[in-house]
Amino acid sequence: MLSFLWKRLLATIPVLLVVTAVAFVLLRLSGGDPAAILAGDSGTPETIAAIRMRLGLDRPLIVQFVQWCWQLLHGDLGNSILSNQLVTSMIAARVEPTLVISLSTILLSMLIGVPLGVLAAWKRGSWIDRMTMSVSIVGFALPGFALGYLWIYVFSVKLGALPVQGYVNLADGLLPFLSHIVLPTLTLSVVQIALIARVTRTSLLEILSDDFVRTARAKGLPERIVLFRHALKNAAVPIASVVGIGVAFLIGGVIVTESVFNLPGLGRLTVESVLARDYPVIQGIIIVFSGVYVVINLLVDLSYTVFDPRIRY
Amino acid sequence: MTLRIDRRNILKLGSGGALALSMPRIALAQATKTIRAVMHAPLRISDPMFSTAWTARNHGYNIYDTLFSTDSQFQIKPQMVESFETSADRLVWTFQLRSGLKFHDGAPVTSADVLPSLARWSKRDSMGQKLMEFVVEMTAVDERTFRIKLNQPCGFLLQALGKPNSSVPFIMPARIAATPADQAVTDYIGSGPFHFVTAEFKPGTKAVYERNPDYVSRNEPSDGMSGGRVVKVGRYEWISMPDLQTAANALMGNEIDYLEMPPHDLLPALSKAPGVELTDYNPLGYVGTCRMNWLAPPFDKLEIRQAVLHALNQQDWLDAQIGNPDYYEITPAMFIAGTPFASNSGWSTKADVALAKDLLKKGGYKGEQIVIPNATDVPILNALGTVTAQALQAIGMNVTLVPMDWGSVLARRAKQDPPTQGGWSLFHSGWAATDMMNPLGNAYINAKGKNGGSFGWAEDAAIEKLRDDFARTGILSDQKKISDDIQKRAYEVVTYIPTGQYKNPAANRKSLQGILKAPVPLFWNIDKVG
Repeated sequence: MLSFLWKRLLATIPVLLVVTAVAFVLLRLSGGDPAAILAGDSGTPETIAAIRMRLGLDRPLIVQFVQWCWQLLHGDLGNSILSNQLVTSMIAARVEPTLVISLSTILLSMLIGVPLGVLAAWKRGSWIDRMTMSVSIVGFALPGFALGYLWIYVFSVKLGALPVQGYVNLADGLLPFLSHIVLPTLTLSVVQIALIARVTRTSLLEILSDDFVRTARAKGLPERIVLFRHALKNAAVPIASVVGIGVAFLIGGVIVTESVFNLPGLGRLTVESVLARDYPVIQGIIIVFSGVYVVINLLVDLSYTVFDPRIRY
Repeated sequence: MTLRIDRRNILKLGSGGALALSMPRIALAQATKTIRAVMHAPLRISDPMFSTAWTARNHGYNIYDTLFSTDSQFQIKPQMVESFETSADRLVWTFQLRSGLKFHDGAPVTSADVLPSLARWSKRDSMGQKLMEFVVEMTAVDERTFRIKLNQPCGFLLQALGKPNSSVPFIMPARIAATPADQAVTDYIGSGPFHFVTAEFKPGTKAVYERNPDYVSRNEPSDGMSGGRVVKVGRYEWISMPDLQTAANALMGNEIDYLEMPPHDLLPALSKAPGVELTDYNPLGYVGTCRMNWLAPPFDKLEIRQAVLHALNQQDWLDAQIGNPDYYEITPAMFIAGTPFASNSGWSTKADVALAKDLLKKGGYKGEQIVIPNATDVPILNALGTVTAQALQAIGMNVTLVPMDWGSVLARRAKQDPPTQGGWSLFHSGWAATDMMNPLGNAYINAKGKNGGSFGWAEDAAIEKLRDDFARTGILSDQKKISDDIQKRAYEVVTYIPTGQYKNPAANRKSLQGILKAPVPLFWNIDKVG
């Protein structure tokens, strides 16, 4: 297990290097120029050239890349071109809302999605199954921003029960904290619930037709034990995989949801930095997101050994 | 002295005591009032001299002070300056600062701070650069007195020092003003009515200001940008909300107090919402521009530029951009309708397609590609690009509308390459009307070409001669005559085409009282009641 962990951790280095290089080159090729943005309306080609020189953007791409990698090796993500703040501080200041919303979404999605999938598989062909699958199709089809506006209209504008926007730290009180994360969590959870419910159902149906389940039932085990102790545990590997993939989807979804609910998280920082061509910030965020993906994949792989003892690393 | 204890004295003591006791409560009530405002964009670059962004300018007005300011009638009034005088030949100007002015760190504001601030500003601002062509030297006479010597009479010295829009000559401490002009300052000490709460600054998300208790306000009532700058709340939070529908909902739900620029399509809903009102605080509003690239064929030819002018109809732009005529004004005034230099000369604002086609033929148009970089992420500019493309196609031009984000437009407009090789032919942008209200500040009247001209690089010696004449004269009637001549010439050679003037009222909770009418959203003088 330890050697597996080491190998996986070592494997993250080339992954991060490739991601870093691709992101670096793509950003430079995508058009736009932070110096032109900084120079503003009164800028002249000379002013823009002076700003480019000061920012080091006039140097060959390879020199800029090597310099950035060197900084990275020293744990320095650089400074924002626009605000001159440390990129690490900017990212640290924005991590909490994204992390909280992602975790609450995954938690809620699993709490609802897995039982729904189990129910649909158990009652296959019944109205419960058909309804669960129909609702999951709707869940997939609805865009996150439309759902967000719908929740805001119903719960905030019409009922006045929840705030429209913003984020409050847990330190400022449990109730304000929860009231601010309910709607974004609901918005992001719908797709995740649909995804988890469908995969749980499919995976469980396959297991439920296996011989060992028939044997368990023939031995007179209660259906509850058959479903949850024997069948669900064997169906858990694909569910864990889909939860891992769901986190990747979440990061994409968070970008839109953070804008709709005005959450000061990493998603918004990404959009703002891309529009402003704030290269160091974008590169920093990509590194962080890549690191998160790598860690989540590792955790998912490790979780397989819990659900299926036959899997060994 | 002895105090006799009788009923009258006891009442006096009692009322005096009650007043004394109530004073801290009044101060406390003021200190606990917070205005939560969603501005048109978040604050990222916080140096108003380094950046021409409106956000940086608005931030500057909160934390810095200015020597002069513009009142509601566009008159220049002293602000930090107590008095000033000029020599008989108008070559030496002497200014004295008001006493008691202090920076947020407690240091006094002196002439030694003013001079480097002006020097830094003049490197970034077009009016500042023009002013420095007249300046021989700037010297500190004593702590509160400074002198500016000119090489010839200058008609716009006070207009430059009191200009309301980017870049504003804000006064910074000398050590901060020593920062090179192409580098942003990182120390936010000013002497303005608010101080910046650096610890709470989250670029792109939130900026916080608190009342500066040491600010010495002028005694006159507030008038436009000028007069007293009395802060009536303890704290002002500048919140960023990327989604304006969410911001509108937050305003209606009383989660915020002020929304600077709600989109025009949300105004009907906001005007009917309980507790919300629309405030037309900016009497001049904004203006759009259509700018051609003089360096690239076919717009290097006069007749082709004139063909474009006559192919376009200003109302089409405004209808696509704003929609509701209550919020726009059709006007050819390059120096802004409603200001001293407004003029209707030069263009009818209406299309004349036959004339445009004729001019196109005379100019020898050979079907060259017209590349229009179009900012699709800024709806108000996206509409302009679409209208222009259709109008030019209607007279037979070969137009390619290239969709991109505003950041890419900014990079592309700086390129002087041919349009088909990464350059451009024509682009649109939006300005605060006050940016354009005189021939020196209006960047697209600048006709210096590649040697100091703005993007598009219009070059015309006649305009430059008129601008110099304008700069030298200090007589308003002469300035009006010259600015009218400049406008006529600018339309003749087509330095740019104004796409129309429009307003964008703010939406605010009715509890905010005392919002000033000015070309910039100002947060002094506003009280929050109820």
